[in-house]
Amino acid sequence: MENLQLILPEIFLSLSIMFLLILGVFKKNSSRLVQSLSIVVLIVTAVITFNETIGINETKLFNNSIIIDYLSSLMKIVTLLAAFLVLIISSNYLKTFQIFKIEYPILILSSVLGMMVMINSNDLIVFYMGLELQSLALYVLATFNRDQIKSSEAGLKYFVLSALSSGLLLYGCSLIYGFTGSTNFNVIASQLNSNEYALTFGIVFILVGLAFKISAVPFHMWAPDVYEGSPTSVTLFFTMVPKIAALTVFIRFLYVPFLNLIDQWQMILIFLSIASMLFGAVAAIGQTNLKRLVAYSSIGHVGYILAGVAAGTNDGIQSSIIYITIYVIMNLGLFSCLLMLKRDNKYYEKIDDLSGLSKNHPMLALSLLVILFSLAGIPPLAGFFAKFYVFKAVIEQSMYFLAIVGLLSTVVAAFYYLRLIKIMYFDEQKEKYDTDHGFWLKFSLTASSLLILIYFIFPSQLIEVVSRINII
Amino acid sequence: MNFPILSSLILLPSIGALFLFFTKSNKKNNFTIKYVALFTSAVNFFLSIYLWILFDSSTSDFQFVEERIWIEDFINYKVGVDGISILFILLTTFITPLCIISVNNSIKERLSEFLIAVLIMESFMIGVFCSLDLVIFYLFFEAGLIPMFLIIGIWGGARRVYSAFKFFLYTLLGSVLMLIAIITIYWLKGTTDVVELYNSGIDIKYQNLLWLAFFSSFAVKTPMWPVHTWLPDAHVEAPTAGSVLLAAILLKMAGYGFIRFSLGLFPAASEIFTPLIYTLSVIAIIFTSFIALMQDDMKKLIAYSSVAHMGYVTLGIFTIQQQGIEGSIIQMISHGLVSAALFLCVGVIYDRMHSRLINTYGGIVSILPKYSILFMLFTLAALGLPGTSGFVGEFLILMGAFKDNFLVAVIASLGVIIGAAYMLWLYKRVVFGKLINTNLKQMFDLNRSELFILSCLAVPTLVFGFYPDPLINTIEVSISDLIDQYNLKLASKS
Repeated sequence: MENLQLILPEIFLSLSIMFLLILGVFKKNSSRLVQSLSIVVLIVTAVITFNETIGINETKLFNNSIIIDYLSSLMKIVTLLAAFLVLIISSNYLKTFQIFKIEYPILILSSVLGMMVMINSNDLIVFYMGLELQSLALYVLATFNRDQIKSSEAGLKYFVLSALSSGLLLYGCSLIYGFTGSTNFNVIASQLNSNEYALTFGIVFILVGLAFKISAVPFHMWAPDVYEGSPTSVTLFFTMVPKIAALTVFIRFLYVPFLNLIDQWQMILIFLSIASMLFGAVAAIGQTNLKRLVAYSSIGHVGYILAGVAAGTNDGIQSSIIYITIYVIMNLGLFSCLLMLKRDNKYYEKIDDLSGLSKNHPMLALSLLVILFSLAGIPPLAGFFAKFYVFKAVIEQSMYFLAIVGLLSTVVAAFYYLRLIKIMYFDEQKEKYDTDHGFWLKFSLTASSLLILIYFIFPSQLIEVVSRINII
Repeated sequence: MNFPILSSLILLPSIGALFLFFTKSNKKNNFTIKYVALFTSAVNFFLSIYLWILFDSSTSDFQFVEERIWIEDFINYKVGVDGISILFILLTTFITPLCIISVNNSIKERLSEFLIAVLIMESFMIGVFCSLDLVIFYLFFEAGLIPMFLIIGIWGGARRVYSAFKFFLYTLLGSVLMLIAIITIYWLKGTTDVVELYNSGIDIKYQNLLWLAFFSSFAVKTPMWPVHTWLPDAHVEAPTAGSVLLAAILLKMAGYGFIRFSLGLFPAASEIFTPLIYTLSVIAIIFTSFIALMQDDMKKLIAYSSVAHMGYVTLGIFTIQQQGIEGSIIQMISHGLVSAALFLCVGVIYDRMHSRLINTYGGIVSILPKYSILFMLFTLAALGLPGTSGFVGEFLILMGAFKDNFLVAVIASLGVIIGAAYMLWLYKRVVFGKLINTNLKQMFDLNRSELFILSCLAVPTLVFGFYPDPLINTIEVSISDLIDQYNLKLASKS
């Protein structure tokens, strides 16, 4: 029975999903109720995770196929909180497009469940199951605004490309199974024979699949289109939540079974990281749609996250996790702003629509200013510290090339963030936007920009939280 | 000394800014807003004077040191002053209130935001000058970009967007390399505490690259030739108060950085790269002086003259002579006062005529007598006439340079002549000559606040010109100790 207690969060979440589905089907017009209950479910799951598993020493369950340790518990909590924040701020948007349906929260919950399984996985099969569960929910979410052609296009594109990457990933799994005789991470680690080049092929295929999920260059092609086409609240979900789970799997997969092959995969990660940072910075310059711009900027940020993973040390892993946490907060604020650019039941998402925002909506513009400077990595805002920790970990491994390329691409990236600030503050004002955004949207914007702004006063807290992560 | 005087100096302007932020801004209470800002910065000024009085100039140790754990086992928040940094703090707290008074005429809209930016800027700049930890230094150094970017971009002139971007990206590009160097130092030594690093020194084989990384940042900020091109643009487009802050204080962060970090941490590398600095400084002095000579925009002329003056500063620092470094610091203080005054002088006539072109003016001596006198004083101070602070600085720098390298000193001295040429020619064309443009007759002489600001700047310019002892006494011991340490480290490693 002790076993089940440790996966209580997952059990609770699955049961809730089924219950909510039944409730939604049998009770008419229950979308608001289901939405609220889903929010509660996410919080309760997070609390259970916190209570039951955060202090547990590393424990493996079900023939060692599931691992519960500090890393997995922490990342599950981050995932749940991020999903919670997405849910609380998306209802206004959905109502505007009349897609405020019961499926939306349920699909989000299902994909979160998939992510939790991914995060827990200590076995290729379990990992793949979780991955597919979250992907399937995400395909539907991308097309959620099905009457809009762009949304359907986004979902289809995501589905086809994602299926391809899943195929590659599965092929990689089978190669690894073929050469080590097991799908379990620990067994693989003990069976490892670095002379088998096919193993390297297996790692490469799996990395391709994961890079696709986290949208690292050169497997990023889907991201701008999908981000642009999906409903904005779903885009917000895309830009943060799946990345948290994928990052955990990245860490677990590379550092548990294949730590001894670090020479083989480190170069791949460095390449992914450099390519993402540079491409993200350069390609965003020409964008005129805010959501596409965010897509490219998130590609760039993924590059920094991978730089931490590439370092090959505990410090590197911890810095990646700090980075993604801060990135989630910044992204949340950014999207809260996007969701506020609404006038006459229409949402505006061109960058020119920000024009003169500082005169019409000074507080909104100020929050966005803080968030953008933070995304650009200017001290003393939180984004700077995120980059600082990553580069500290990278330089400790003497990977100067990576650090220099990374920091130079922050300068390039600063250009397009500055351009948004320029449009808000230096350009002529336009019509005003609506101001009745509801409590939660305002709350998430205020909270995230305040957190970013005052992070420098208490930077040690976050470090303390992640410092218990000890993979190697 | 339990009262955290340095932290108060850093925090006070920010608190003032916070107060302004929560005050609703409208046309009626512009007056209140301005007085709140002025009061905050004035209190800060008196606090820094008090700091100067308490300051013990007989030791080169850091004083008023505060240390708090900031990130466990990693970075400590550590501030303190010695003879080198205290004058810059005074300069900052002295210039800021004058900037705030000067916004009367130039800033028409979003006054409260402007003052918030100025006050936050003050916080960051004081932070730069008193931080004793590399990471904290970098934090303040970079953070200053944000308010300055907004000051240029929101309240600037016609090409403000271009200038703001150029300013921001140039400086950011320079600084990121410094960040890599700082992290590398942490990795090598396990600390970023400046005092500890002074004592333990840095391995000689890493010094060259680290020095270059710091140099890239400071060279852009100084600005040294050939990365000076952002400065004229930024100056021309920034509003008067912004130009004043930029010229008087921002440029000094790099000169301070050279003394504190390049000389203090990397003596061996400084020795190797001295010829590079000499070359760039001499080019800056001669070349930008010639460029200044042919400008037809007054602000641009003064901006180029700033580059030339900062050329003297870098030259003086790397002579590693007592006189040279003292001269550099005094030159920086003097340039802070004089260039601020010159930008304000341009601002005064710009507010009336909305033109910065020299050929708009001419013969205004008969209309604006008071203005002409003060303008003359600052012109003469800028060209280094004996009896003004400009002279003391330049003279000491050249004296240090003659001790170290005769040829460089001779060429740099020639720069003084060109400097005199462009400043006097500027003055002649603007103030003397025939009054051709009849529109100028509508101009009125200095009003009370303008007169007050310019007089405030004139007094120290003259006082320190005749009697530089208070400055020299403050910095003397710290600098001689710095040079001793420098030579000691050099000797022990070679």
